[in-house]
Amino acid sequence: MKNQSVGNRIDYISILLYIALVIMGWMTIYSASLPLEETSIFDISQIYGRQMLFIGLTIPLILIILFSDAKIFERLSFVFYGIGIILLLGLFVFGVTKKGQTNWYQFGGFGFQPSEFVKTATALLLAKYLSYSQINLKYTKHQIIGLAIVFIPVLLILMQPDAGSAMIFISLIFVLNREGLPSWYFFSGIIAIALFFLSLVIQPIYLIGIVFVIMVIHYIFNRKISRNPIVYGLLYLVMAGFAFSVSYVYDSVLEPHQKDRINVLIGDDVDMKREGYNLNQSMIAIGSGGLIGKGYLEGTQTKGGFVPEQHTDYIFTTVGEEWGFIGSTVVILLFVALFLRIIYLAENQKTKFSRVYGYCVATYLFTHFFVNIAMLIKLFPTIGVPLPFFSYGGSSLWAFTILLFIFIKLDANKVNEW
Amino acid sequence: MRKALLPAVIIITSVILIARIFYLQVIDENLKLQSENNAIKKVFDFPERGYIYDRNGKLLVANQPSYDIMVVPREIKDIDTTEFCSLLHITKADFIKKVEKARVYSPMLPSVFLSQLNKAEYAAFQEKERKFEGFYTQKRSLRDYQVKEGANIFGFITQVNEAILKKNKYYNSGDLIGKQGVEQQYEEILRGVKGVKYLLRDKHNKIIGPYKEGKFDTIAQQGKDLTLTIDHALQQYGTELMINKRGGIVAIEPKTGEILALVSAPTYDPALLVGRQRSKNYTTLYNDSIAKPLYDRGLQAAYPPGSPFKIITGLIGLQEEVIDEQTTFYCNHGANFGRFMKCHCGLHTLQLNNGTYKSCNSYFGHTYKRTIEKYKDSYYSVDNWANHVKSFGLGQFLGTDMPIGAKGLVPDSKLYKRAYNGAKIRSSYIISNSIGQGEVLTSPIQLANMMAAVANEGYYFTPHIVKKIKGQNLDKKFTTKHYTTIDKQYFQPIIQGMEDVYNFGTASGLRVEGIKICGKTGTAENKIRVAGKTYQLKDHSIFVAFAPRENPKIALAVFIENGYWGSRWAGPIATLMIEKYLNGKISRKDLEDRMLNGSIEDEYRKIENIIFQRKVDPTRVQDSLNKINVEISEAKKEEEEN
Repeated sequence: MKNQSVGNRIDYISILLYIALVIMGWMTIYSASLPLEETSIFDISQIYGRQMLFIGLTIPLILIILFSDAKIFERLSFVFYGIGIILLLGLFVFGVTKKGQTNWYQFGGFGFQPSEFVKTATALLLAKYLSYSQINLKYTKHQIIGLAIVFIPVLLILMQPDAGSAMIFISLIFVLNREGLPSWYFFSGIIAIALFFLSLVIQPIYLIGIVFVIMVIHYIFNRKISRNPIVYGLLYLVMAGFAFSVSYVYDSVLEPHQKDRINVLIGDDVDMKREGYNLNQSMIAIGSGGLIGKGYLEGTQTKGGFVPEQHTDYIFTTVGEEWGFIGSTVVILLFVALFLRIIYLAENQKTKFSRVYGYCVATYLFTHFFVNIAMLIKLFPTIGVPLPFFSYGGSSLWAFTILLFIFIKLDANKVNEW
Repeated sequence: MRKALLPAVIIITSVILIARIFYLQVIDENLKLQSENNAIKKVFDFPERGYIYDRNGKLLVANQPSYDIMVVPREIKDIDTTEFCSLLHITKADFIKKVEKARVYSPMLPSVFLSQLNKAEYAAFQEKERKFEGFYTQKRSLRDYQVKEGANIFGFITQVNEAILKKNKYYNSGDLIGKQGVEQQYEEILRGVKGVKYLLRDKHNKIIGPYKEGKFDTIAQQGKDLTLTIDHALQQYGTELMINKRGGIVAIEPKTGEILALVSAPTYDPALLVGRQRSKNYTTLYNDSIAKPLYDRGLQAAYPPGSPFKIITGLIGLQEEVIDEQTTFYCNHGANFGRFMKCHCGLHTLQLNNGTYKSCNSYFGHTYKRTIEKYKDSYYSVDNWANHVKSFGLGQFLGTDMPIGAKGLVPDSKLYKRAYNGAKIRSSYIISNSIGQGEVLTSPIQLANMMAAVANEGYYFTPHIVKKIKGQNLDKKFTTKHYTTIDKQYFQPIIQGMEDVYNFGTASGLRVEGIKICGKTGTAENKIRVAGKTYQLKDHSIFVAFAPRENPKIALAVFIENGYWGSRWAGPIATLMIEKYLNGKISRKDLEDRMLNGSIEDEYRKIENIIFQRKVDPTRVQDSLNKINVEISEAKKEEEEN
């Protein structure tokens, strides 16, 4: 058993889903970046040609991962994480500023975004930490360390500032929740987000009235847990304070462009030519696809270049326009299948390290996927995160590939675990 | 529970995403529309409008190039308005108004900013067109009239209005469309079909190539040429004869129903409705509620027909066998039909022939009386009579290929039942119908058509104005004979009477050597009511005729408003028209001079005074020149006083 080759044990379902998504991703990039004069698909002066190169380069990367020692990822997780943090700190000195965000290193022609690397490193370290047998997230100390592993990079990334990437890290709360972090962490996070948006739509004074009514109802009907009125009172005060502070945060802390993004989402006084332009164009492109789409390479919005950054964060608009509702649904279902497959594999791991890591992979991919598509169809504020395997860019494609294939390697190696 | 959370969140959020995408892609139509406006630009290729020829192949209406300045309000970018306005001779206020109007129509679609520039204006603008982003010029073809006559036949070209834009998807704002006349009636044939090119453009409105390799592009189809039935020489002659008169001339070729001339007076030069002055000129013509130059009197005016209607009365009498050629009636400056109907014929014993050429009211009154009293049921008799009349195309729309017409009126039992509350009608009530003065109303074209039916001895073709459409057959309804209810044998006696109108009768002074003309004079009373008072106006002068008697080539009706009596204006004009058409030249020069130079304008002035309730003041200034003189003298007076 020990010497069984890696080829027989890797999960082909995940790999096929990965390949399908990468191919579809390249096809949409090709459509979105096709110039008027056709050139070779390998023409690296064109976006699609470069993406072809990036895809080609994933093959050695995958092979290196699959043929390396599975243990190395667990053993070196501290090192990876350390390097990651140093890279993030280094951005303050050597980083390149692009669109107001200092989150790139530039080496000659190639850019490198350390936050992509740190995602994997954080997942590895979190998995490593939680896999220690004495760690129990019921203990506050362990909770703090677990959360610190996640939030140290979050803080550094927020200083770039890159809210999108920070949000991806925060989603690891799913993993901590799965591994036993008390549920109130998760639910208070959800409630905080809900309160934030509601207080922008509803006057805070009405909002705290509604919250009060809900809490009274909860107090009356919830007989299972201890009903300490003082706890309820304190909780209420915190929520009310939060609701009122939102408008302050909104007015004083958020940058104008962040306010615009929120305004666009809640439909508040938006100029469709300016701050609303991206979202409006993206919805037009998707909406014009209809049931079956305009056909591959036939998207008028795509060709007209109406959607900004269409080959990167807005790549899904091309899917929507050219492949229609049916194509969009197929792509979404392929993603969902991949996520569920990863979770299924994770749950069947023999080591806690592999399980936690697998969970991190599923969470990362899902969060990217959801935030990216939701922002295109006005379900989420505009946050620049790429769509895994679809969006143009070597850095992001390789990061997702490494992230996924480390898990596939760990999974393939599970028969060696005792 | 903890294990299920992430999968549950994944599945629920994905369902939400799919549902939302379903809404955007399948339910919300709005986004698709926006996408079309966004990325596809339609560029139209307007085909040249078909030419119009007369029956002898003379070119009447051609085209000339013209240029419109188009504007896309959204694309206007800081232009030098002062330069722009001075280049086009418009004011800044005009500029703002026009742009605003275009913006209201659509900020994204092109609207006409300024239409029909001439070549010089176009050249000046084109030189600087690049500087005025959001504006561009578009070539159009405008009508170029080769003749001055026939404005009422041609109609004109104008920009489509909002109502048509809403109804007809073919047109876009700023497109041209035919209005009135053959331009309206044969719009689709003349205009052709415009070609469309779909171009893809990017967000900077830059054209990036054809949409789907031009799969949906269409090629413009040329407009087809029309050949009219009009004889331009005759039309021109008729127009000249009608100068300083009001009324209409309609001439028809009996054998085919082709309209040879359709004159309405007063008329206007069709070139007035071309170019930038079009709208101003049109408003002036439109607002002239007295002379009504836009009103086609040949087609639209329904007058009492007067004596020409006696032809019908006589034919019905013969057909109903209430009279024959020998039937004799007596006239004593009129006859008593329960009330006295006067007559000027001057004879005492009348038969069909002299009754006709002397136009005796008593003779036709008696004939009509017998027709109406033939059946016990007077309403049946009236309907029987009305059916005969209607079989000549009277009392109904003729169905010509002109977009306008008049129904006229032929009273039937329905009308009289209402008027007399169902009581039995006596012929005496309605005796005036016998001489065309009762309830009967006809338009000049109906009278001309009636003449054609008489000339053909019992049938007519629906009058029509288009003879040939290139590569297309004429509508079948114009080649189908419509038979009257009068048998062929009854026509000759009446026709003889009509010929004798020229020999011994009311038109004996109008004879033309070598042409046997059959005619009938007419005089129709008319009154107007102004401010509760009825005024008796000068009678209308009417004449109907066809010629030559054997193998008739032309049938016509002439109607001169307030021309007093038939042989004074209408008769001579009809005779000259016939001679012109048949011989190509005029032997009766005296008659011609009198008609060309004669004027009834004084009479019309009097009517205007009545309508406007003016005190007739001989010193009252009439024209603009006088008005200016008066102003000058008043100014002088003021100076002296100071």
